[in-house]
Amino acid sequence: MTAALLTRSAAELGRLMAAGELTSEELTRACLAQIEALNPRLNVFLAVDADAALAEARAVDARRAAGEELGPLAGVPIGVKDNFCTTDFPTTCGSKMLEGWVPPYDATVVAKLRAAGLVIVGKTNMDEFAMGSSTETSYFGPTRNPWDDARIPGGSGGGSAAAVASFMVPLAVGSDTGGSIRQPGAVTGTVGVKPTYGGVSRYGLVAMASSLDQPGPCARTAEDAALLQEVIGGYDPHDSASIDRPVPDLVGASRAADLAGLRVGIVAEFQGDGYEPGVLERFREAVEALRAAGAEIVEVSCPAFAYALPAYYLIQPAELSSNLARFDGMRYGLRTGDDGARSAEEVMNLTREDGFGREAKRRIIIGTYALSAGYYDAYYGSAQRVRSLIQGDFDKAFARVDVLVSPTTPTVAFRIGERMSDPMSMYLADLCTIPSNMAGNASASFPAGLSDGLPVGFQVMAPPMDDARLYRVGGVLERALQEKWGGPQAPEGVLA
Amino acid sequence: MGLTADDVARLGALARIQLSEQECAELAPELDVILESVASVSEVAGPDVPMATHAMPMANVFRADVVTASLTQEEALSGAPAQDDGRFRVPQILSED
Repeated sequence: MTAALLTRSAAELGRLMAAGELTSEELTRACLAQIEALNPRLNVFLAVDADAALAEARAVDARRAAGEELGPLAGVPIGVKDNFCTTDFPTTCGSKMLEGWVPPYDATVVAKLRAAGLVIVGKTNMDEFAMGSSTETSYFGPTRNPWDDARIPGGSGGGSAAAVASFMVPLAVGSDTGGSIRQPGAVTGTVGVKPTYGGVSRYGLVAMASSLDQPGPCARTAEDAALLQEVIGGYDPHDSASIDRPVPDLVGASRAADLAGLRVGIVAEFQGDGYEPGVLERFREAVEALRAAGAEIVEVSCPAFAYALPAYYLIQPAELSSNLARFDGMRYGLRTGDDGARSAEEVMNLTREDGFGREAKRRIIIGTYALSAGYYDAYYGSAQRVRSLIQGDFDKAFARVDVLVSPTTPTVAFRIGERMSDPMSMYLADLCTIPSNMAGNASASFPAGLSDGLPVGFQVMAPPMDDARLYRVGGVLERALQEKWGGPQAPEGVLA
Repeated sequence: MGLTADDVARLGALARIQLSEQECAELAPELDVILESVASVSEVAGPDVPMATHAMPMANVFRADVVTASLTQEEALSGAPAQDDGRFRVPQILSED
């Protein structure tokens, strides 16, 4: 009974509640029980407030009972990555620096979730300040992949992806700077979407690399992700990069019957050496499914994509070293070593030594180096030129095709601990996802099946503000593959 | 390139992070690997390629010059490690010498 409820999509749950066949309280209780059962094993949620969630659920039920017209996701429980400001939960960013900090305002994404009647059950684990591809750099311990406890759930938003994959909640929100929604989606067999930069407000999202950060949905189906993006998307005057245009019809796109007339470009650079055979096999099958659905398939070369990763690892540390300067122990968060005798600068140095983990320090130091006098043009400047080349490759490609596709990640989930001492091998997990952050276009990962029992992701990239194309391709692919598999694929041992 | 432990300590000072000698010694080779891996970037695009400044082209964005609600003093101070008389209390900023 509970399993039958937990495995339903958010869209179905919303319809059941609207029809009076299910209450948000019943559903929220089922999700809370699932979290209680699995969180000790998977370490997905950093904070859960069961009483507040149930009170919120009952409030939605009461509004519905009173005849109020509610949105399609009203009453659906959701998890929120711990770098979105919430006035009723601590917001730690997975860091000792912000342990226990409760923000004085809600992020726009959070405010929109509340306004749409979604029930926020808790905050999900993440790499410290979103720096990582495995959720291992969290001060609060790693999250485990529901498909295999010994493996990583991706990162930085491993918590949000694992929450959805293990049926703790049907939906979650994440943030994607270099792949932090899509790569966890790929390795947990879930849907993860990075909307067009500026499509979803960053206000109240703790900044990592401002020119790359983009919030987006995590879900188990394309339709659910579309429903969620329609809730959280749209113009926000509080975010100066927010695009002042209506959110396109994403839900309609996710229900498209076929891909007739759609031109799909395979990125030539994202195949071959370094890609696991099982990943490439699933990728080719997915491409064939698109072809069978009416898409025209061509190969497209984007030579500058080869330099996206190194350029990203200059731009992102440079921006984050500036953004993380705000954690100085003066106004909020951790303060260490304030003994009455030390100067503000000494206390700052000690606070940042104490509050940041190893990966944060690495990147802050790299960023400081890349921005320091005499190196700025060679590093940050060169990287921004490469960014122009990447944008140019996308422009040329999108003149020929409607969407680009590639594997989301070169490999399936790796083992916990395997790449922690080798930063460059960790960074390679984001090889295919980074170009879309550099160019700002929309991009998503959809489940493409399993390789040796572990999920593989299929990445779709669309031009800026054409997010609907992602959902059209994702929806058609999902139905085609599930028909073949006989239903959605789910990890074993997570449902009682 | 060859970053030394002293270089790392200097960068740590610029970034306001106290790093132990051991941390500097460990970070130096790790950072070297990263810098070597990203070095190719400087050879890809010549000066004729413009620097991208934004992911999406956008003109300056200003809001209307009108007074809007902001955090109250109490809210702004709610996360302060130390406060005094409605203000942030911070360690001494000026030294005596």
